[in-house]
Amino acid sequence: MPTTPILEEKTAIEVRNLSFFYGTFKGLMDINLNIAEHKVTAFIGPSGCGKSTLLRTFNRMYSLYPGQRAEGQIKLYGQDILDAGQDLNLLRARVGMVFQKPTPFPMSIYDNIAFGVRLYENLNRSDMDDRVEWALSKAAIWNEVKDKLGQSGLSLSGGQQQRLCIARGIAVKPSVLLLDEPTSALDPISTGKVEELISTLKNDYTVVIVTHNMQQAARVSDYTAYMYLGELIEFGQTEAIFMKPKRQETEDYITGRFG
Amino acid sequence: MDKHLSSQFDNELHSISSRVMELGGLVESQIRQAIFALSHFNMDVANAVVEAEQKVNLMEVEIDHDIASVIGRRQPTARDLRLLMAMSKTTANLERVGDEAEKIARMVKSIIESGSARALPCSELNVASELASGLLRKALDALARLDVQTALVILKEDDLIDQEFDGFVRKLITYMMEDPRTISPSLDLLFLAKAIERIGDHAKNIAEFIIYIVKGADVRHTSLAEVESVVR
Repeated sequence: MPTTPILEEKTAIEVRNLSFFYGTFKGLMDINLNIAEHKVTAFIGPSGCGKSTLLRTFNRMYSLYPGQRAEGQIKLYGQDILDAGQDLNLLRARVGMVFQKPTPFPMSIYDNIAFGVRLYENLNRSDMDDRVEWALSKAAIWNEVKDKLGQSGLSLSGGQQQRLCIARGIAVKPSVLLLDEPTSALDPISTGKVEELISTLKNDYTVVIVTHNMQQAARVSDYTAYMYLGELIEFGQTEAIFMKPKRQETEDYITGRFG
Repeated sequence: MDKHLSSQFDNELHSISSRVMELGGLVESQIRQAIFALSHFNMDVANAVVEAEQKVNLMEVEIDHDIASVIGRRQPTARDLRLLMAMSKTTANLERVGDEAEKIARMVKSIIESGSARALPCSELNVASELASGLLRKALDALARLDVQTALVILKEDDLIDQEFDGFVRKLITYMMEDPRTISPSLDLLFLAKAIERIGDHAKNIAEFIIYIVKGADVRHTSLAEVESVVR
């Protein structure tokens, strides 16, 4: 197994001997890695390699589905989130998620942001207004929507919807933001805006992104993990992975060769 | 080399590599002609070297254009990217070798035109020029086979050329001190020797690029001992 030497940086998530099961099928094999705080970590690999599965363990998304279970440890700032006693709602407030297809709620742009905040905090109108503006500004969409906050979130373009979802994700002030192929349904311009957003988000958040687009991983991430058939093949600084990977399997994948 | 999912990409990389080899072959023959022109004071051959320079320049531009195009369209990574970077730099080095050959040829022409041809002890340069052209050939062979062991040998042999050059300079100084009338032809010879020494340097650079492609380590400006530990 590759070791994960991240020095000089604080670890936000520490994954230890993590295995994951879909019923009897083992989707992740004994994964070990550290996710650095306030950095962007990308998971790449071919379809079915387990990268989305791994991402979804970080906020226990899989708990929604019976028969799926994780073994091992995932420590979020030292606390194992796989503990039976873990409050899942609290966890998902700390570890936000944005999906492949934009999923705005069928409500106003304002309420898309305020909805999640109301679940965790009791803000007065003015504080809520501030929070909505803050989140939309952070997600680099405030200027585009400030004059139509009452309109439906569904009236926005795909790229705007995705940034709205990112705004919704950060409105509850999580410490980690999980992005599951956030731009695969977007055009290049919207993709560029979201990528730019990701690089500013890491000042405040730890970002973990799953992407099919290797060049995107190369552009936005500080660390890259290459996965194959449920195993972590190689993990390291993105520059090293794309310039001089240690493992032949990684090299074959990123250079587009047959394995 | 193993295949990419895109066979077109394979073709493009192969095409660039073979164009660089073709350029190398052209430049190599330029040097051999320049040295022949020097040792035989042959005007026709010197002219041919100068003419070939245009073709070399053209090929350099074409190869770099192809490389930029592949980088732009394919976004190569890892070894593919290193290969393309190294090919671009190799092309630049080969073009410079062509320039050195051209300098030698122009020098030969002006010596012939000045009529002082036979007065120069040009045979002194033969050892160095054989070493230099041999080294370039070896570098191109090693590049074609991506042979890092040979690349290492080339780095060591370039030191020989440098030593040869230093010895030659000392000899020229002796000539010039003994007889001031040899100063002018001696300076011409110094100029020629410098051009030959540079060819060795370019061969050495190419050898370093081979190590960069294969090992992913940039060994420029490092000691021979460090290079050896990388290659091993």
